[in-house]
Amino acid sequence: MALLQRVAERGRRVVRFVLDGVPVEALEGDTVLTAMLTNGDRLRRSEFADSPRAGFCLMGACQDCWVRTEDGQRLRACGTFVADGMRLLSAGEWQS
Amino acid sequence: MNGTPQPVIVGAGPAGIRAAERLVAAGLRPLVIDEAARWGGQIYRQPPDGGFARPKAALYGFEAGKADAVHRAMAAIRTRVDYRPRTLVWNCEDRALDLLCEGETETVPFSHLILATGATDRVLPFPGWTLPGVFTLGGSQVSLKFQGCTVGRRVAFLGTGPLLYLVAYQYVKAGAEVAGVFDTAPFKAQAHAAAGLLRDPATFGKGLFYVGWLRAHGIPVRNGVRPLRAEGTERVEALVWTQNGREGGGQEGDGREERTVCDAIAFGLGLRSETQLADLVGCRFRFDTMDRAWLPERDAAGRSSAPGVYLAGDGGGIAGADAAELAGERAGLAVLEDLALSFDAERGRVLERRLARIAAFRRALSAAFPFPQDWADGIADDTMVCRCEGVVAGSVRAVAADGRAREINRAKALTRAGMGRCQGRMCAAATTELLARTLGTGPDGVGRLRAQPPIKPLPVRAVPRTAATGSAITSDPIIGDEGNSS
Repeated sequence: MALLQRVAERGRRVVRFVLDGVPVEALEGDTVLTAMLTNGDRLRRSEFADSPRAGFCLMGACQDCWVRTEDGQRLRACGTFVADGMRLLSAGEWQS
Repeated sequence: MNGTPQPVIVGAGPAGIRAAERLVAAGLRPLVIDEAARWGGQIYRQPPDGGFARPKAALYGFEAGKADAVHRAMAAIRTRVDYRPRTLVWNCEDRALDLLCEGETETVPFSHLILATGATDRVLPFPGWTLPGVFTLGGSQVSLKFQGCTVGRRVAFLGTGPLLYLVAYQYVKAGAEVAGVFDTAPFKAQAHAAAGLLRDPATFGKGLFYVGWLRAHGIPVRNGVRPLRAEGTERVEALVWTQNGREGGGQEGDGREERTVCDAIAFGLGLRSETQLADLVGCRFRFDTMDRAWLPERDAAGRSSAPGVYLAGDGGGIAGADAAELAGERAGLAVLEDLALSFDAERGRVLERRLARIAAFRRALSAAFPFPQDWADGIADDTMVCRCEGVVAGSVRAVAADGRAREINRAKALTRAGMGRCQGRMCAAATTELLARTLGTGPDGVGRLRAQPPIKPLPVRAVPRTAATGSAITSDPIIGDEGNSS
């Protein structure tokens, strides 16, 4: 189900966060994009076509990886490191 | 502006680092601004701090020595520059740069500006390209290098350029299943370019090595490929493609559809320069036929048309990491010369000769991995070309066909293509090709997409940095600040 597959660097501290209301784990040093896509297959749904998106360029150019937190913040998933206690949503950028 | 030189370098990749090194050696203290958390740029991107264990040989392969040298060069001058990581330069106006770091904005003036802003992958849309699991070649490499992850279990590599074979090779070595390497370049293009590529036998040898190694490991390698669509509903499930029989050159291919099961597609057609700041600072642009893109004019030393503004590395035109190091150093020398400080003119000439040799090699490379010039002919009206705003090819064609738009800025205003968060980075090539084909002109005949500030999205909550706060680190990592790491 997960898009991204870990093939190296597994020996890092576990980070615990919440994705769509479900407690999940990632590793310290993961970006939010890595953390979400090792636990699922989507970052958001496009506001124009309701199509699922999971980022594209991974280097801060395409702006396809903007993700909502539960309290309404937005962050760029490829450029933000995951932190303990984050509460993230993949269900829709523009839903309240 | 007072008389004290205030040199600023944007970008801490190979070009920016070598430029900084040259200025520091002359006793200057440049400001070095970089969007990433660690220096190195993209090709020599370093993993995040803490806990990442792979050695450089694993991360950079044959380029490990060069990567290490570039990293060490910056480490050696770290205390002699004003280094600003995790900082976005989002505007340039009145000879000053607007910065954003950790939610704080700041304006810094410059007397001399070296733009070493690098490049991203160039893409042309195909149906299904926005599906989860389709990533750029560069992005697929970042995932492996920077995060230790492959972008899928069974990855298809699609597009053209040397990066296609390099990343496929890196993925197989990392233990991923590679469904195949699908090169849009006709095999005969590569055969014809071989003589030119032999100008740099070491690089040519490496290229052959990757292709040979992939074939020896049973990875299907196909040439003359045209992607038809990525299939899947919520994520990629297969790549459907065809080959031009005549173009395949020695391989079977008669235009029939082929379907390759995969759960990720790594896609790229070479690179495109990040030129937004060069535009905002007032550089004159010209259309470059090799890059098939508008690029800021620069002379052999890296001087732009704007006084005190210099270009180094892929941000001024695609030439690769070796050229970036040379051009960074050359631009540093140009700054010294323009400051009437002593500088090594002979070194400058040596650098220019090396850059000229690399430029000749790059011409052969672009012949071996050509841009698919017939792309606009084969793309259906309902294919999404602007993935930020959801604009389809038919909308772009329509505004050109009925005379409302004869150039790309007008087409953007009418269709919204290029108006979204990426500001045309991902769609300008496609929009250009569609307009040109519809208007019956070349890609240089539809104008140049103008950069607008902010060149990347800014949070409205950003506040001015004050002397008291310095570069205050907010304790809440959830804030959507643009300056947070890469």
